[in-house]
Amino acid sequence: MQKIILAKTGNEAMALAMKQVNPDVVAAYPITPATEIVQIFSQYVADGEVKTEFVAVESEHSAMSACIGSCAAGARTMTGTSSQGLALMYEMIYIAAGLRLPIVMADVNRALSAPINIHCDHSDSMGCRDAGWVHIFSENAQEAYDSMIQAVRIAEHKDVRLPVMVTTDGFIISHGMERIDTLPDAEVQNFIGKYDPLMHLLDVKKPFTIGAINLTDYYFEHRRAMVDAQNNSLKVIKEVGAEFGKKFDTGYGLIEKYQLDDAEVAIVALGSTCGTAKVVIDQLRAKGVKAGLLKIRVFRPFPTEEIAKALENIKTVAVLDRSDSVGGFGGPVFTEIRSALYGSAKRPQIAGFVYGLGGREIDMEQIEGLFMDLKAGKVKADSVSYLGVRE
Amino acid sequence: MSELKKYKELALGGNIEKGGTAVDFKTGDWRSSRPVYNPENCIQCLFCWVYCPDSAVILKDGKVAGFNLEHCKGCGICAHECPGKKKVKAIVMEEEVK
Repeated sequence: MQKIILAKTGNEAMALAMKQVNPDVVAAYPITPATEIVQIFSQYVADGEVKTEFVAVESEHSAMSACIGSCAAGARTMTGTSSQGLALMYEMIYIAAGLRLPIVMADVNRALSAPINIHCDHSDSMGCRDAGWVHIFSENAQEAYDSMIQAVRIAEHKDVRLPVMVTTDGFIISHGMERIDTLPDAEVQNFIGKYDPLMHLLDVKKPFTIGAINLTDYYFEHRRAMVDAQNNSLKVIKEVGAEFGKKFDTGYGLIEKYQLDDAEVAIVALGSTCGTAKVVIDQLRAKGVKAGLLKIRVFRPFPTEEIAKALENIKTVAVLDRSDSVGGFGGPVFTEIRSALYGSAKRPQIAGFVYGLGGREIDMEQIEGLFMDLKAGKVKADSVSYLGVRE
Repeated sequence: MSELKKYKELALGGNIEKGGTAVDFKTGDWRSSRPVYNPENCIQCLFCWVYCPDSAVILKDGKVAGFNLEHCKGCGICAHECPGKKKVKAIVMEEEVK
């Protein structure tokens, strides 16, 4: 199978993936820096290149509401948003997951106001981490494209049936032009297959009620069922990623280890920072420094066991968080990883670093400095610091 | 409590996998007033049956036969719409405390 090499920004790549998925319904409202995804997609609709019903709504709350309605009616449904838009969806985000609707959403990670800011950090999507969505980060436009296609399969899998959020980093990925390998339309269609909604509201022969009230008697049981679905998705994400790799040469897992197995010092990161870290690691390795990276691709479900195992032989680990849990002990990645490691007999020294809020640049010198500090024992274990802020 | 299902026995997403199940869900205990039917003043126009938002008017052989108080919420629409006989209503609302 011949791949098609194109120059695409992250937003263009995600819009192209959506076009090739050719969903039944897209309901969306534009917001920087995700606007282009649905703008480009609406052009596909206008040009008749997709059969999608595009619902132009008046807010993101309505966008997710329309997605919930269309998905419950049996339509394969997608959307895209960012930051304040995702925050405005928040009420409906929980409903989409609770009703077990396999909606696929592109989210371009952007800081939350105030102060108002349009640049990348992960506070928007991290704010939804307890909602029940599968939450996938992308290192670059290629991963964003590939993950959008895989997300359809993951969401719709009978053992999962949860909405999936695929994120990129605002401007860094969303507006950065890259060379990406794309697939022919037919290959994407073959990969995702036909959607079986199991039950849908347009099936007049099988009437059913969706969204009925659950009080003290059943609410807990339905939330508990979602925990099983999240746990099931660990296996499904790996299977879908492996099948994608078998067919298209680029496999995906829950995490990615880069020069990690023999590393003495390592960092853990999500998203675009992983690309920068890999370059730094190559340079440090050439100088004899045993540096490594643990990239977390899937944040929900959190791959606790894989992460604990991947880090068990490292001496010192720095966890990079591009969002902060203000008032908590470190950002969400730090607290999850520290918790994951607590049960391990062998575990590294660990420190948390919150960085890059509001799009604050993280460059190679900073990452190299972090590795050298880890190596020199200058990083205090079990501490949380703020990297790149003027103190 | 013994008849409550365990979480693995439940339908996906809390769906109720058939129609017409509202009849099993008793909601009449919200009511603060109840309709009282006086057949002497009833002309069998069936306005109450048509207007009732919750199918709480019981018909027997096409005639009003009373109210299902397990589902009547006491909204009073039936009494409001009732034309009665010679301007005397066949349905009047009475407070539950009485």
